[in-house]
Amino acid sequence: MEFFNVMLKLWNQYWKLFLEGLGMTLFMGLLTVMLSTIFGSIMALMRRSRWGIGKFRPLNAIAAVYVEVIRGTPILLQLYFFYFMLPQWLPFLALTEFQCVLIACCVNSTAYVCEIVRAGIQAVDMGQTEAARSLGLNSRQTMIHIVLPQAVKNILPALCNEFVAIVKETSLASTFFVGELMTQFKTIQGITYRVLEPLTIVGLIYFLVTFVLSKLIALLERRMNASER
Amino acid sequence: MQVSVDKELIRVVDLHKSFGDLHVLQGVTEQISKGEVVSVIGPSGGGKSTFLRCLNLLETPSSGHIYFEGTDITDKKVDINVHRQKMGMVFQHFNVFNNLTVGKNITLAPVLLGKKTQAEADDMAKELLERVGLSDKIDQYPKKLSGGQKQRLAIVRALAMEPDVMLFDEPTSALDPEMVGEVLLVIKDLVKTGLTTVIVTHEMGFAKEVSNRVFFMDGGVIAEKGSPDEVFNHPQNPRTREFLSKVLY
Repeated sequence: MEFFNVMLKLWNQYWKLFLEGLGMTLFMGLLTVMLSTIFGSIMALMRRSRWGIGKFRPLNAIAAVYVEVIRGTPILLQLYFFYFMLPQWLPFLALTEFQCVLIACCVNSTAYVCEIVRAGIQAVDMGQTEAARSLGLNSRQTMIHIVLPQAVKNILPALCNEFVAIVKETSLASTFFVGELMTQFKTIQGITYRVLEPLTIVGLIYFLVTFVLSKLIALLERRMNASER
Repeated sequence: MQVSVDKELIRVVDLHKSFGDLHVLQGVTEQISKGEVVSVIGPSGGGKSTFLRCLNLLETPSSGHIYFEGTDITDKKVDINVHRQKMGMVFQHFNVFNNLTVGKNITLAPVLLGKKTQAEADDMAKELLERVGLSDKIDQYPKKLSGGQKQRLAIVRALAMEPDVMLFDEPTSALDPEMVGEVLLVIKDLVKTGLTTVIVTHEMGFAKEVSNRVFFMDGGVIAEKGSPDEVFNHPQNPRTREFLSKVLY
């Protein structure tokens, strides 16, 4: 009982901090997903490009290496890397800590979104492309009018799932005290010398948010499947 | 039916196609004239579908030439998209556009490629759908259609481009048996209009009935060809005889 009483007390006293943290977490997550959707889509198109010299396709190669490197290294390492590298290599940008962390998150997420978009396009039946090409549509027209509209149905739910994953991954940004939910836990821990109670509150908030989001995604998916009547 | 050389529509010269180590087409040389109805029969893996798919370059030939209306379309400088507009294709698995309504399936290509205005295309779509008994489906999505209906839609979608030749790649093989008839009926009506047609099919009775010529493909070559009567009733090649004895019972 003692445990819950402390939790309640903490909430009453610091709810503003918790909610501020949540706001920051969602803000970071949303910004990351939006930016990485743009860059990830470009990356996916690079990955699919056939342009090249002989058998060497530079755009494809760059994208492939990027995806492999980012997926093959821990996100925490990437955060450290950009946090220290960016101000040192690009001092004229005068990036804030938050901006460095956000860039790191985007760089990470772009690799995953690239794969989501690529898989979404690839999952569209090859016959759809063949039918369009057999009518005389060129590859761009086929992509825009036939493949992408169908790929979006595969991509959108996966993107939402990526958002849920990012919301949780931003907690790693607390290493640099950028003010998201996990940072607030550390702050409150510093003030009150309590660990488990604020941690549980933060955990509950994370869970509630991701749970609700997951349910919304499931709804979205069902809606989209029904949309073609 | 006698066909003179100047009515030649498609000429295939020493066509080869390999998929890796698999040499699927091993030198096909043949010509198809305007107004002809050609059926391509033969065992699975004999190269029938690959041959057909090479005609509009859905498969890129490994070597050889394909002349369509006098142009060598295997030439890299040729814009194949222009020629594909004149070659309608119908697939085994229908491949109707799932993201478009039945009407839009038909009008997309003619409008996008500047052959027709949307209004003209809409009128034509109505007309074509009426012809194949799908008028009431114009605003529905293909998901709601049966296999036979999808294939009929796929046929009129190709016709909307007013092609000079229709290529059918096993159009009834993926259909439930009770739907084969309705699709064959549509093809039969089409053939009557004099449109040049190449059909890869396993429907021997149908091939016999509608074709002017029959190709029997086996081992990557046209092993035997002739009128339906010659190929079906008096086959010369032992492989043709063996194949027919297995499928005609």
